[in-house]
Amino acid sequence: MIGSFFRVAWYVMRKDLTVEVRSKEVLLTTLFFAVSVVLVFSFAIVREGRAPDDVAAGILWVAVSFAGTLAMGRTFERERYNDTLRALLLAPSDRPAIYVGKLLGLLALLALVEIVLVPLIGLLFNAPILAFPGRLAALLALGTLGFAAVGTLFAAMLVRVRSRDTLLPVLLYPITIPVMIAGVRGTAALFQDTPDLPMAQFWIGLLIVWDVIFITLALWTFEPVMTE
Amino acid sequence: MTKLNPLLIGLSAVMFGVAPWMINAAPYESTMGLVQKVFYFHFPSAILFLVAGLICGVASAMFLFGKKAKADGWAIAAAELGLVFGSLTLVTGPLWARKAWGVWWVWDPRLTSSLLLWMIFGAYLLLRRYGGPGSEKLGAGMALFGMANVPFIYVSVNVWRTLHPQTSVVPTLPIDMGIPLWFCFAAFTMLFVALLNLRARLEHQRARVEALYLAEDEA
Amino acid sequence: MRFCRALLMSVALAAGVPGVTAGAMQPPSQSEFVPVADIPAGEQIPAFNLVGAAYGFVWVVLLGYVWSIARRLQKVESELADLESRR
Repeated sequence: MIGSFFRVAWYVMRKDLTVEVRSKEVLLTTLFFAVSVVLVFSFAIVREGRAPDDVAAGILWVAVSFAGTLAMGRTFERERYNDTLRALLLAPSDRPAIYVGKLLGLLALLALVEIVLVPLIGLLFNAPILAFPGRLAALLALGTLGFAAVGTLFAAMLVRVRSRDTLLPVLLYPITIPVMIAGVRGTAALFQDTPDLPMAQFWIGLLIVWDVIFITLALWTFEPVMTE
Repeated sequence: MTKLNPLLIGLSAVMFGVAPWMINAAPYESTMGLVQKVFYFHFPSAILFLVAGLICGVASAMFLFGKKAKADGWAIAAAELGLVFGSLTLVTGPLWARKAWGVWWVWDPRLTSSLLLWMIFGAYLLLRRYGGPGSEKLGAGMALFGMANVPFIYVSVNVWRTLHPQTSVVPTLPIDMGIPLWFCFAAFTMLFVALLNLRARLEHQRARVEALYLAEDEA
Repeated sequence: MRFCRALLMSVALAAGVPGVTAGAMQPPSQSEFVPVADIPAGEQIPAFNLVGAAYGFVWVVLLGYVWSIARRLQKVESELADLESRR
């Protein structure tokens, strides 16, 4: 029973990644966009050749959230264009498994983007990215998970809705801003001159709580929302 | 049921008329003085703002999982009322804060999450207005996430010590502040209930009009 | 499946909550309103505008919203009556 759930999720994810590996469209455009966001914000904030302290964390998470929103929109746009979403839903499988598969695919994509972004931020802002790699990775993983969990659900639901491109950020941001705040504050605590580890721990804990709530809600609502 | 609404509105209007006198008669607070009197309107608005969030969430769950079509009308009504009462809270609060804290706004957990809930209501209504067909279910799903925000807003001032007064303020109010507060609270609540009923009724009537147009087209 | 979800949720919540409460900041805050008979004269005027603006805003918005609902409801009711008479 559980085996088939994860098998379905695995197949969905593998399908997405296979399509993506062939075209690399979403990966490359999202990556390029994320880097552009970092640069735009850096130019906006830099004064006399130096950025103020503590902006590195904020810019990193803004880039992740903007790039993530774009990636979500694109992956489901592809489904809509080929009308494959209906085929997926018609398949005799546990609906939430489809959601999990899509989520895992999105996470894989965002992980690749973050692997490029984090060294870039370290380079541009002299941020100590290697000081606490475990905690930094935990913050990024949990924060991205919370953000992607809600985003995958909304992007899937918006596939058949008008004005979907503008509505996705409008709906997504008010709900995921708490996750973003936790991510930024936790990362900032790690990047400080005197790192505040208990603080980072606190935000990691809060992220875990939010991730559990969001994923549970998403699993519950995916089925009724996607049915006609 | 519908006969009750004008009565509730009338009664609350009278109470709103009387309220300024009661509020004026209440004692001043020792550290904040006159500006603390905003509390008598700020607190009921804030509580009803959170209640609207809960109602929207529960109605959305009933619509989504219980398949109750009418629940959707209640969800929209609750979202609109949440936007209105949230606006009251988010304006009266900073007006009070300007004098009491010296600033219009701080980014503490309660104010931030309240603003986010207000934006969630706004996003929900935008979706319902401009999303076209199929947006009812998406909105319902979204409202559930919004409802998860509500308990967080309430307990945030107890977990994080910030400038905003804690929840222990209200239970420990002395009686001569308590009376005007609960009087205003009753007035606000009656108005809230009446407006919720009327707004839901508006939504249900609209649904009937749609159904009748559809029937006409088919005939 | 449901049991697994519930179990996972409780474990994760248990893992997250201690971290949250342990790290919560504790600056001083207000836990009670303390009443007083009257206030020093210098306090009164500046706050008056703020209080007036707050109450004024509440009145205007509530009246405006009641009026808005009444107007929309009236429109829909008349449209409904029209449609029903045509049937």
